[in-house]
Amino acid sequence: MTPAAQSSAAPRAWPEEAARVPAWIYSDPALFERELEVFHHGATWSYVGLECEIPEPGSYKRSWVGRRPVILVRDKDGEINVLENRCAHRGTMVCWQNRGQAKDLTCPYHHWNYDLKGNLQGLPFLRGALGKGGMPRDFDKSAHGLRRLRVERRGGTVWASYSEEAPSLEAFIGPEMLACIDRVFPANRRLRLIGYNRQHLPCNWKLYFENSRDPYHAGLLHSFFVTFGLLRTDTPFRAVPTEGGRHGIMASTYSPETASQQNEVTQQLTSWRPDFRIQDMELVKPVDEFGDSSMINLSVFPSVFFQQHGNCLAVRQILPKSQSETELSWTHYGFENDDPAMQARRLKQANLVGPAGYVGIDDSEVLAQLQPSAEKLPEALQVVEMGGRDTGAHETMVSETLIRSFYAFYRASMGL
Amino acid sequence: MTTVATTVATQKEREVRALLRDLNDDYAVCLDDMELARWPDFFEEEADYRVVSRENHEQGLELSALSCTGRAMLLDRVAALESTTVYEPRAIRHLVGCVTLDALEGELCRARANFALYESLSDREPHLLMVGRYLDVVSLAGERPLFRQRWCVYDNYRIRTSLIIPV
Repeated sequence: MTPAAQSSAAPRAWPEEAARVPAWIYSDPALFERELEVFHHGATWSYVGLECEIPEPGSYKRSWVGRRPVILVRDKDGEINVLENRCAHRGTMVCWQNRGQAKDLTCPYHHWNYDLKGNLQGLPFLRGALGKGGMPRDFDKSAHGLRRLRVERRGGTVWASYSEEAPSLEAFIGPEMLACIDRVFPANRRLRLIGYNRQHLPCNWKLYFENSRDPYHAGLLHSFFVTFGLLRTDTPFRAVPTEGGRHGIMASTYSPETASQQNEVTQQLTSWRPDFRIQDMELVKPVDEFGDSSMINLSVFPSVFFQQHGNCLAVRQILPKSQSETELSWTHYGFENDDPAMQARRLKQANLVGPAGYVGIDDSEVLAQLQPSAEKLPEALQVVEMGGRDTGAHETMVSETLIRSFYAFYRASMGL
Repeated sequence: MTTVATTVATQKEREVRALLRDLNDDYAVCLDDMELARWPDFFEEEADYRVVSRENHEQGLELSALSCTGRAMLLDRVAALESTTVYEPRAIRHLVGCVTLDALEGELCRARANFALYESLSDREPHLLMVGRYLDVVSLAGERPLFRQRWCVYDNYRIRTSLIIPV
């Protein structure tokens, strides 16, 4: 075990100075385990998939709640069940395929068989063989089903919770965020699955959440966005913490008129390359399909981001694997009545994001450099004072309010 | 196209297969030498280049981790890597093998090869970045063979940190 992987014996104290984040929260394995209990297995909802991924009765896919594997499966009544992917007998993973079609679920180890609601239907040699062995007479099959999670759906998205105490999904997400999610999942349009991107990042999961709640970096690091005016520090922007800092809305505005304008803002940007040109401009010239010239990045803690960059629509599931490893699982989607031009445009603009994205690469490369430095200097402090020390909504990209508000929420939840 | 039975290949088929081996070697050397500006020259004007997971490919899902439809997008990828993308310095080695000719019809052939990409970052041990298959359609009409289609189908479930240099 490296020194950085050791847990501190005594709980550490959060620094007293305002707008500071201590580096030890990114490397402590005991803290990581507690985060999973508090957030992923606590009174919260986790995004687990899209309904269009499991269109028919018997369709299933694998997903996760925190680090725990689950199966999303549509049963014969058309209902969606989210079941722990763990046999009630000896704990073997029951489902071994990422997506498929099944009549029922059978554990490969001892062939315990479950229906699509997770009920234990039968097991071999329940009454023994040749009068020997078998389960005790009082063995109750109904008490040994696959663990079933609470499920709610909205606009084609599917959510699960381990907690009976969690409020409704609607209350958990809150009205302001819900309106933003509904915008990219319109009730009158059926979703079309485009595909997956999966990425492994060598960093703590909170660093990833911060990165996607940090508009300050977006106008600097992401030269590609800046140069083509997809994201500019001088266009209208909203950074809105909701539900006490748990969630965060980032909404920017794209304007073809100002996309290449030079002014006092661009003069401060070394990453602005007015001389840089690309040949296929459709990549950076989105069609305004929602009628508000807006691009969004919505963080719904602890499980997911919803993003719309131009016409590229994706759900980004954040899967914490250890204190220093995070998996990103991207599901790209469109709508059933997309014409061929829009289908091609979504695929083309998918090149902006993800593990090989024009913009995505910058983030993963930076985060891979951040983790080792956090591990080597756990007592170091990060400064998040841009835009002030408050935790309110800001109308500028030059603000770290979404990071400050997140840590106000985090500390209260974790008792730190 | 007629399928090629490799054990009883004709003289022509053996020649094409040798040509494909050279093409794959030259392609790998170009990228390993970081001569990105030469990379689009391996493709036809209307080329279809994709780096796609086996998961998406086998399910018939259209999404790629990286896609270039047409030479313009290949040139744009290179331009961005050279002027806007932020990444840690690294060396990449392509190991390409099992080059096979699957079908040949006139001046067009369908071919395959296996690839493994090793990545060495600035201050760490080398690691296997990606392993998979090239699924190619190659035009033999011109002075040298050119890719009409190069789909790089990777076996990895997930991409390690980021994919920067083309496959």
